[in-house]
Amino acid sequence: MSGSGVAVAPAVATTDAAGAETMTYREALRLAMRQEMERDERVFVMGEEVGLFDGSYKVTAGLMDEFGPDRVRDTPISEEGFLGAGVGAAMLGERPIVEIMTLNFLLVAMDQVVNHAAKIGAMFGGEVRCPMVIRTPNGAGNQLTAQHSQSFDGWFAGTPGLKVVAPATPADAKGLLKAAIRDDDPVLVIENLPIYKEKGEVPVNPELLTPIGLAAVAREGSDLTIVSHSFATVRSLKVAEKIEAEHGVRIEVVDLRSLRPLDVETVAASVAKTNRALCVEEGWPSYGVTAELVARIQHACFDDLDAPVERVGMAEVPLPYAKELELAAMPTEDRIERAALRVLDLAA
Amino acid sequence: MATIDTTAAPVDPDVADVYEHYRTMFLIRRFEEAAERQYKAARIGGYCHLSSGQEAATVGAVAAMEDEDLLVTGYRSHGFALARGVPPEAVMAELFGRTHGCAHGRGGSMHLLDVSRGYYGGWGIVGGQLPIATGMALSLVRRGARQAVVCELGDGAVNMGAWHESLNLAAVWELPVVFLVINNLYGMGTAVERASAEPDLFKRAAAYRMEGERVNGDDLEEVEAATSRLLERAREARRPAVLEAVTYRFRGHSVADAGLAYRTRDEIDEHRHHDPLAQTRELLEARGVPAEGLDALEHEVEDQVERAVAFAEADAPPPVDRLAAGMYAQGSEEQFERMRPGAPFGEAELVFAGGLGE
Repeated sequence: MSGSGVAVAPAVATTDAAGAETMTYREALRLAMRQEMERDERVFVMGEEVGLFDGSYKVTAGLMDEFGPDRVRDTPISEEGFLGAGVGAAMLGERPIVEIMTLNFLLVAMDQVVNHAAKIGAMFGGEVRCPMVIRTPNGAGNQLTAQHSQSFDGWFAGTPGLKVVAPATPADAKGLLKAAIRDDDPVLVIENLPIYKEKGEVPVNPELLTPIGLAAVAREGSDLTIVSHSFATVRSLKVAEKIEAEHGVRIEVVDLRSLRPLDVETVAASVAKTNRALCVEEGWPSYGVTAELVARIQHACFDDLDAPVERVGMAEVPLPYAKELELAAMPTEDRIERAALRVLDLAA
Repeated sequence: MATIDTTAAPVDPDVADVYEHYRTMFLIRRFEEAAERQYKAARIGGYCHLSSGQEAATVGAVAAMEDEDLLVTGYRSHGFALARGVPPEAVMAELFGRTHGCAHGRGGSMHLLDVSRGYYGGWGIVGGQLPIATGMALSLVRRGARQAVVCELGDGAVNMGAWHESLNLAAVWELPVVFLVINNLYGMGTAVERASAEPDLFKRAAAYRMEGERVNGDDLEEVEAATSRLLERAREARRPAVLEAVTYRFRGHSVADAGLAYRTRDEIDEHRHHDPLAQTRELLEARGVPAEGLDALEHEVEDQVERAVAFAEADAPPPVDRLAAGMYAQGSEEQFERMRPGAPFGEAELVFAGGLGE
């Protein structure tokens, strides 16, 4: 099947007359929660240290003062318990936002996410729904070591019944979190530790959402498509600038934004144009998001490809502590650049 | 002298309640027997966990619930569904995997539900329903409702982390939930004393400064009275509780288990000597309900179960072209538009077809 003739992602308004403000990714997430809590009484936040402590990563800072301890509820360290409580509240029609301190800790609540939240709609024949949001950051760095440096995005994105989004910019952090809160299904919003402090223009209009299931062309190009999400998009954009400056080739970067549903069309339309693809993720690539992407691309773009699709991800080891080892394991810009040059046939 | 209709329901309200509860208990027993036959005839698949022997605990607890209260259970749930008033036709059709099953053939034996009756499942992972029931109680508090949740679990679930986490949350947040432990002495084939360091399971509530009680689960009135008292305290004072009902399951863990590898025939016979069904019937007779009346009731229920089986047999299986129905909410179709087969880049054998987003 050829990719020609397929429309790229429809344009979605990124700003409007209400204007935009410069803010960090963390502030954009907070704005999304504040706006939705003002809009809908059913929305409440719960998690470890989200209230008095202002959030482990300060995403919920100030919200308890604004909305009170019932709507910004501190929990014990008890992920399976309070995430499951979110499932139960959602089944009764509430709109809980459950914050899990990092993606690593979501594993102790895995049963509630995969065996319970994800199953409700189908297993009960559509008789009851689970409109909840799970927010949690992934990512590695800062010598956090093996148990705190992981990205299991693909595990969740591979689970029917869940929706998974992973914003790379402050604007999408606000837009996707709001879309997730308004969605009638369980949505995992994967945030990212290194991006929390990144700044960007964010539209302030409370009705401007980022649709779930729609990728964005973060940078236009003609010679290679890099497909990525979350922090890998931030890295890939830098690599694209550098390679264009040094080699004069133009790299297109497709930021997936949603992992399930996956916008295969935007990816395939881009690869059909550039004829080359590199998939990048922060997680381990084997059986990961990039494995899924390569399967989709080979099917959709078999006749379009001028080179084998490559991928870059975390080295497949538990993340080590020593700085030198940690850096060697990460999907750094150097590694992305080397892979991109190989796919472009520009490798030295 | 006026003739007395010996088949009429008793008038004395106390006797009338027990009489109706006996009807439900008898329905559960006959339903389970029919389910076992249908399973062995391969009309019911998957796992099929029967609750014969546990009828007093089941019916007593549900009888104590008000209409607005909510029920969440584990997977040995046929009896709870029936006790809560789910029509036997809808339960049997679900076991058969048919369209008019209470989960439209999507859930089967372990995932019964009826939202209109406040029954929110039917959950298949041991202990997994506890955090969910806890969250429902949280939601009731948030909306200021005077309602409570009954969360049923088996004795095997008390060694799961979810038990500890849920009891702790219910206690620190003062939630209106009663954790009903149906202790039938075995978690699958493992006796409670072999599994639990504190086999007096109700005592564990003390670790959460929570009320914990044990009742004879084969005594209908004792179960109902205790559940009623604890539910009232949950509704009025937001005090969660643990209620342990000690009973016995006559059949194996599931239909596939003969139930004899870990217990003796003598033990089973001993328990059958105080069958809660026979005991409740004797209680009614002792209170003056004529045997003819009870016989007539039993015949009615037997007909009802036969009709449920006939209904399930005649009901259509869910249409295959609606395979994905219910999985995602309305409006999701558009979100998946760029991923599904039939879309320009969809892979034909990746399944999203069939009612996605409905």
